[in-house]
Amino acid sequence: MNSQPLLSVRDMTCTWDGVHGCRDISFDLHPGEVLCVVGESGSGKSTLLQAVSWQARPESGSVWYDTRDRGFVDLASLSAAHLRLLARTDWGFVRQNARDGLRMQVSAGANIAERLMAVGQRHYGDLRRVAGSWLHKMEIDAGRLDDAPAAFSGGMQQRLQIARNLVTHPRMVFMDEPTASLDVSVQARLLDLLRQLVADLKLAAIVVTHDLAVARLLAHRTLVMRGGRVVESGLTDQILDDPQHPYTQLLVSSILQS
Amino acid sequence: MNDSTSLIRVRGLGKMFTLHNQGGIRLPVLHDVRFDAGPGDCLVLAGPSGTGKSTLLRCLYGNYLATEGSIQVRDGAAWVELTRAPEPRILRLRRDVIGYVSQFLRVIPRVGTLDVVAEPLRERGVDADTARERAGALLRRLNVPQRLWSLPPATFSGGEQQRVNIARGFIGGHPVLLLDEPTASLDADNRAVVVALIREAVAQGRCLIGIFHDEAVRDEVATRILPIQPAVAAGALE
Repeated sequence: MNSQPLLSVRDMTCTWDGVHGCRDISFDLHPGEVLCVVGESGSGKSTLLQAVSWQARPESGSVWYDTRDRGFVDLASLSAAHLRLLARTDWGFVRQNARDGLRMQVSAGANIAERLMAVGQRHYGDLRRVAGSWLHKMEIDAGRLDDAPAAFSGGMQQRLQIARNLVTHPRMVFMDEPTASLDVSVQARLLDLLRQLVADLKLAAIVVTHDLAVARLLAHRTLVMRGGRVVESGLTDQILDDPQHPYTQLLVSSILQS
Repeated sequence: MNDSTSLIRVRGLGKMFTLHNQGGIRLPVLHDVRFDAGPGDCLVLAGPSGTGKSTLLRCLYGNYLATEGSIQVRDGAAWVELTRAPEPRILRLRRDVIGYVSQFLRVIPRVGTLDVVAEPLRERGVDADTARERAGALLRRLNVPQRLWSLPPATFSGGEQQRVNIARGFIGGHPVLLLDEPTASLDADNRAVVVALIREAVAQGRCLIGIFHDEAVRDEVATRILPIQPAVAAGALE
């Protein structure tokens, strides 16, 4: 982990109606670092994710990102075209419901290839080969390449959504409750796959979750949110083993012991 | 011992827990702990249960926050103040300098035993084959049967999990190694293996800081004892 952050958020506030959202958010994320944002529904964690990834424009404060072509820039200074390119090449977005992040009517292979085609790759054989190898990596039978995701199980759809995002080798992935809509038995597999991918591909990630076990397994660092603000942040094992804020103590003491 | 030979330097370390959801009760656990430890030390924390020995180890690892005082750790030529270091710096210290054998193995679903043990070496950039080979050698020495190596340790017995945990702790070659009752759930044969591993690590110039309730083990491995007193633990070196 080097000292130059990949992403830097400064005094960012983003609300939907002047009240609800997130306020005064500041943090750095380094290459290869996984940050979990935890908190109950309505704590502002999803808004934070949308604002940091420029899907919702912050009202105040700034978000800086170390782009491949222009270096460390304020996202507000980039053109819409440049932001789109960034979003489809160097960033990935994994939604809670795979159907929000996939095209359900086109084949699995086309879902994976779409981003490659967006950056100009056209060779049909190459696209099929890359898509097949991603299916394999995501533990999906390569024979399902021509099937539409509507025919996949929930866990497979979620893995396909991840493949679709990682095919352009992004350095930064934003995930909103990636395991929340899955059965418990399927969650463990997905989590382990995510854990391996972020380590192997040196991905930086911001993962919004209400599940502290997800944070324990995936995240180097954790932010705890309540009422739109970060109430505590630190190394994930420190947050879970020695929580300081009353709300974090309540969250941690509510975990069922296995 | 002078500064140039120590690896870890603790001054005025205090830890107080505040339980906000139980009426804000404040529990003082550590007070004014002071010690130095360096290469070739096996510093044994001594005192009855509940005096804060595990708390001290966790403060040294950084998963507990010290309430007051200083913990300095040497990383090569640099001294790092653990209590104020940015989080990525602490993670780097854990990768390169401070290892920790906890009382219980934290199992990762679907990851086989050999890879669980090899992981700290992989994180330090050692190639997969070498890391797995060294992991296998350690597991063999700790009498973990080879037929178990490909399985995730979740279903192993307590003693098997503890040996996997010990192998994972020792493999990285960290200059500073924290041990929280590594022999608690082991039989006599395996206890002897762990004692031998500890003595070798000390002979290699690593610095070990540990908790051992088994007095026989303690006597065999300790180069120094640091008594931790109940509630108010004032550090004293022997």
